[in-house]
Amino acid sequence: MIPIAQPPSLSDFGHDPWWLVLGKIVFAFVVALLGTLLGVWFERRVVGRMAVRPGPNQLGPFGLLQTLADGLKMAFKEDILPKAADKVIYFIAPAISMICAVTMLSVIPFGPMVSIFGHQTPLQVTDVSVSVLVVLALSSMAVYGIVLAGWASGSTYPLLGGLRSTAQLISYEVSLGLSIVAVFMLAGTMSTSEIVAAQGQGVTLNLFGAELPGPGWFALLLFPSFVVFFISIVGETNRPPFDMPEAESELVAGFMTEYSSLKFALIMLSEYVAMVAMSAFTVTLFLGGWYAPWPISIWSGANSGWWPLLWFFAKVILLVFVFVWLRGTLPRLRYDQLMRLGWKVLIPVSLVWIVFLATWLKVQDWERNDRLVVFGILGGIALIAALFWPNRKPEQKPTVAEQVENRPQGSFPLPPMDLQVPPSPRTRRMVAEREPANVPAGQDSEEV
Amino acid sequence: MTTSTVLAAAGAVSGGEAVTFWILAPLALAGAIGMIAARNAVHSALWLVLTMLSLGVFYVLQAGPFIGMVQIIVYTGAIMMLFLFVLMLVGRDASDSLIEVLRGQRIAAIGLGVGFAALLGSGTYRATQGTEAVGLEQANAGGNVQSIARLLFTDYVFAFELTAALLITATIGGMILAHVERRKEDRRDQVATMKARFTPGNYPGPKPGPGVFATSSSVATPARLPDGRLSDRSTPDILPVRELTAEETTLKGTEK
Repeated sequence: MIPIAQPPSLSDFGHDPWWLVLGKIVFAFVVALLGTLLGVWFERRVVGRMAVRPGPNQLGPFGLLQTLADGLKMAFKEDILPKAADKVIYFIAPAISMICAVTMLSVIPFGPMVSIFGHQTPLQVTDVSVSVLVVLALSSMAVYGIVLAGWASGSTYPLLGGLRSTAQLISYEVSLGLSIVAVFMLAGTMSTSEIVAAQGQGVTLNLFGAELPGPGWFALLLFPSFVVFFISIVGETNRPPFDMPEAESELVAGFMTEYSSLKFALIMLSEYVAMVAMSAFTVTLFLGGWYAPWPISIWSGANSGWWPLLWFFAKVILLVFVFVWLRGTLPRLRYDQLMRLGWKVLIPVSLVWIVFLATWLKVQDWERNDRLVVFGILGGIALIAALFWPNRKPEQKPTVAEQVENRPQGSFPLPPMDLQVPPSPRTRRMVAEREPANVPAGQDSEEV
Repeated sequence: MTTSTVLAAAGAVSGGEAVTFWILAPLALAGAIGMIAARNAVHSALWLVLTMLSLGVFYVLQAGPFIGMVQIIVYTGAIMMLFLFVLMLVGRDASDSLIEVLRGQRIAAIGLGVGFAALLGSGTYRATQGTEAVGLEQANAGGNVQSIARLLFTDYVFAFELTAALLITATIGGMILAHVERRKEDRRDQVATMKARFTPGNYPGPKPGPGVFATSSSVATPARLPDGRLSDRSTPDILPVRELTAEETTLKGTEK
């Protein structure tokens, strides 16, 4: 058999027989469900390790069946419908989240062209010329699931969670979309399979005349975009430290407080599927999709046949680990900090980066002198801006001793600043009254 | 060329396109009618979402995948979401009442609406009957998204920028109207708040509840401090504090 090395293009889609299409859809669905089953286990084990405890380890080998058991238990719980709930919307809200999360996987390229029972077909359910926009549209529709769940529950905590999530998800969608623009500019396409193909070959960087071979991954070429994108998808999937809509310490469970039984299971499922789908999306856009990472890619057969499936899922698992790592490490942001990060940091950074990248791409084929003039002008503007930027003078902070001195008369009592607690008179008296200890003299003469 | 382009480029309506149309067109109409008929404001908004989603799919069917997706992202994802945000803030029980303010207004509105729809529909039908769609191939040459981008950044760049400037102006105007400017010295951060709380003369602990250690459990009766003085911090400011007379505080003989 000849290994098939060419990446699929848009014209390779839409020729599959119906059973192949069905098989691919079932495969994507199984990836979603297995991703959840193993994802919850993985998260609990990893967070457990980070908290120096074993995590679930009783059911099955390494506790692998724990999630399955939890899911079964959830199915047998009583399904509670609150009296004040809006019945229809209360029912369809979890379904909306779930449908949007699972459908995202349909445009993710899992691998290159493979041969299945004699059919040459790409390992991807489907691809259109605007696949990335399809994922964006689905993630913006998934907000409805959360918002409607919060509203339809007819109680206060879910409503607050729903309102928070509306504001948060809309803000982070903006920076998400802006960070992808750089990928579009470099890849020249919005189709996921072609974006992956664009990362397949290394690029040659033209650094002031010197031709340098560069890596093809957009995470390296477009590093600022990658950082903004990853922070945005953490906000978009409601994962810690951005899990404001379900902040346990403030809102019980946020928008899903009133949900129970299978509907709750559906919400949990959609959350983990969204995490897996967004990780897969990141791998597709920035981490080279199914292409083998560098040391493996030396082997010529690494990017053909079924091997790429392995590289793809390895990258996805790595990203899911990062999600879990963030959860195990970072405390939850306050709401105003979250909004400030989204609007005042991520969006301006994306905008400036896009303008810079557009200039860079535009002047690539210009004369060398013209190019230097452009960058000179840009550098001059940046320099002038830096010179005239209103800087805040750091105020002289009073020392602790000065602050204590300046406290007005009658202030609240302070503990001693050197943290040496004065012995209480009672203890001193008791020590004085104590009879001398009757200890036979040993080598240790420093008896107290 | 994508599948959708193939669908629309043929000129004739293909089977898949017809099936999709006849499934989604009734849904879009139902959404429009439901949006008018629903009494709950949030339900209205959701019906409108259904219509918008169907329209997005129609655009994709008509070989405009970009505009279809943008319709879903911008209109249903952002604009309707902001609508919902406001509606949820208004309150979930804000339903319209069924009382007709103007007599016969509903019937007149239905009649006029149906008449207008019939007029518009028949007019459009007669105007476009027998015309052949031309130029789709040329318009989509080099990709749908790329062609739109080229048009937007060449022929229509001025109109595009003007629209953007208009929207930004409206946004900044709204922000200025709603923004309360506070001077830097007036702004109190967490540290300053804590310091103010512990300054002498301010009691940092919780306020005592009214009626604590008092002769009556009325909210108007101030609490007594440990030394027997009355604490006026325990009663709301709007209630007049009044000392009970001896006659009022004596037992009435009704207690067991």
